[in-house]
Amino acid sequence: MKKITILMFVVCMAPFSLFGSEPGMSLDSAPVNTIDNASLQRGAESFVNYCLTCHGASFMRYNRHRDIGFTNEQILDKLVFTGQKVGDLMQSAMWKKEGEEWFGVVPPDLSVIARSRGADWLYTYLRAFYRDDSTVTGWNNLVFDRAAMPHVLYQLQGEQKLVVKTSDKGEQKTLVLDKQGEMTKAEFDKFVGDLVNYLVYLGEPHANARKELGFIVMAFLLGMLVLSYALKREYWKDIH
Amino acid sequence: MSKLFNSMIEWVDKRFPLTSNWRAHLSEYYAPKNFNFWYFFGSLALLVLVNQLITGIFLTMNYKPDASLAFSSVEYIMRDVDYGWLIRYMHSTGASMFFVVVYLHMFRGMMYGSYRKPRELLWLIGMVIFFVLMSLAFTGYILPWGQMSYWGAQVIVSMFGAIPTIGETLQHWLLGDFTLSDAALNRFFAYHVVTLPLILLILVFAHILALHEVGSNNPDGIEIKQNKNPTTGIPVDGIPFHPYYSVKDIVGVVVFLMVFCGIIFFAPEMGGYFLEYNNFIPANTLQTPDHIAPVWYFTPYYSMLRAVTVNFLWVDAKLWGVILMAGSVVIFCFLPWLDRSPVKSIRYKGAYFKTALTLFVISFFVLGWLGTKSPTPLYTLLAQIFTVIYFAFFILMPWYSKIDKTKPEPKRVKE
Repeated sequence: MKKITILMFVVCMAPFSLFGSEPGMSLDSAPVNTIDNASLQRGAESFVNYCLTCHGASFMRYNRHRDIGFTNEQILDKLVFTGQKVGDLMQSAMWKKEGEEWFGVVPPDLSVIARSRGADWLYTYLRAFYRDDSTVTGWNNLVFDRAAMPHVLYQLQGEQKLVVKTSDKGEQKTLVLDKQGEMTKAEFDKFVGDLVNYLVYLGEPHANARKELGFIVMAFLLGMLVLSYALKREYWKDIH
Repeated sequence: MSKLFNSMIEWVDKRFPLTSNWRAHLSEYYAPKNFNFWYFFGSLALLVLVNQLITGIFLTMNYKPDASLAFSSVEYIMRDVDYGWLIRYMHSTGASMFFVVVYLHMFRGMMYGSYRKPRELLWLIGMVIFFVLMSLAFTGYILPWGQMSYWGAQVIVSMFGAIPTIGETLQHWLLGDFTLSDAALNRFFAYHVVTLPLILLILVFAHILALHEVGSNNPDGIEIKQNKNPTTGIPVDGIPFHPYYSVKDIVGVVVFLMVFCGIIFFAPEMGGYFLEYNNFIPANTLQTPDHIAPVWYFTPYYSMLRAVTVNFLWVDAKLWGVILMAGSVVIFCFLPWLDRSPVKSIRYKGAYFKTALTLFVISFFVLGWLGTKSPTPLYTLLAQIFTVIYFAFFILMPWYSKIDKTKPEPKRVKE
């Protein structure tokens, strides 16, 4: 019977391991580390400077950033530009109607974007813009074809162009830097890395507290396991 | 002190059957002494039920059943309510774990023949509990009003539209509107927090009453009541539920909580299986996602819904899909009468039954996995093959369970 159970388990789990990955564009791995407050603080500043103009993070309150080591004064100084209060939600500075007129779609709220898209996708996406004259914005993106968003960070990254190589393996698309921006590739990767790290934090600000509490709860349960098992054995010793 | 306590109990007993019920259902309810690992899942289902009720109450205190506010109210709970994230993850993980323990509980019944006479009604009440649980999961999944809530519900509601003649009217009546909208969200909220939990509680009560009337089955599938001690009238292989199984179940509860809390605290999305990534995008009525997949516990049935691709007889493919999907769940109800084996437990059943059950479990998992994928010609073919195997397990059971070579049952339960 035990053998059957094990066999069933192995057979049932096989499809999950064999076909786990879907075909598609390979994504670069994002350097996520949500206990690195310095990275999160840099990401937060980049976020309010480059993203918050059009996108909101309207489920997040400014004063929540005390989590990542800011004081209320620093938050007001570095993150709040529109005269809002420190306990206010991070609303976009743009009207929804204007967004729709300018971009064709309302720029999505970014509060939980890292939870729907995933960090690796965001990290690759923000670094995969290239010049494309056939689009409305003049930009296109390798992981999000005809994205409505123009390349907001082009001054930092510079301009990339698409190179398509055709071989017997099929088409291979790569991006090549055409015009140098203010940052080197390594600097820009770090900049986007910090920003994506912040977006991961933004998606679930309590995540670190959750894991910390988790260890305490698991330690408690481990103790309970020993006690409850001892109790069970004590009661059951006369059952044969 | 104990004198005061005793006189209090005496006072209550004259007005309410407290002691007699305590005895009948706990301290003098005799359960077989050979319960194994598989017998933890009944009490664990009860634990998860209580978890869902309590966390659910706290969630309703801040959740807004309004199509324009629902999504943000969930994020409000996650961020601004004290320990709101914990309550919400306990509830969302609880929903998936409810299905885990109930599937294992049902599988136990299938292995040891717990649905056989005299436990047919117990099994049927259990099946109705399962239907109510599915409705609860469906109505609950709509509430966060994300993309998957919306479009998953759209798929399920459109199934009613496949019913001939009355389908469309029925669909509008269920939704309270021509499309899935605020009106539907409101009524599904009402079902989820009042109607269905109330029905579930009554059914669980009936399930336990029925169990205690006929007594528990055991891994050997023999009736312990047939072998009683002549002087005491107590089954020789029975032990009082309390304290023996109450203390044993506590160990099960702690082990279960370690898994449960492991998920809540370290992997609440469970790789997108418990909380789907697309459900972190607010519902957009104008944008259908590329790929709609229900939560994992519905995917086997979803595969069967999609498996029928041709019109057959005078019924079209979509309706066949719906019939198969409904049939795949309802068919469990017939198990007590499909099984013709002279023995109950898999321990004494022959190779035919063991093979059939193994194939059934494999098909359930493969169909579940296929339900999470976008259909391709190969996947559709696989879904069709495994749908046939799934149904063959039930439909051929009267035949293979009868001719199966069984072993003799023992007189007494084994350790």
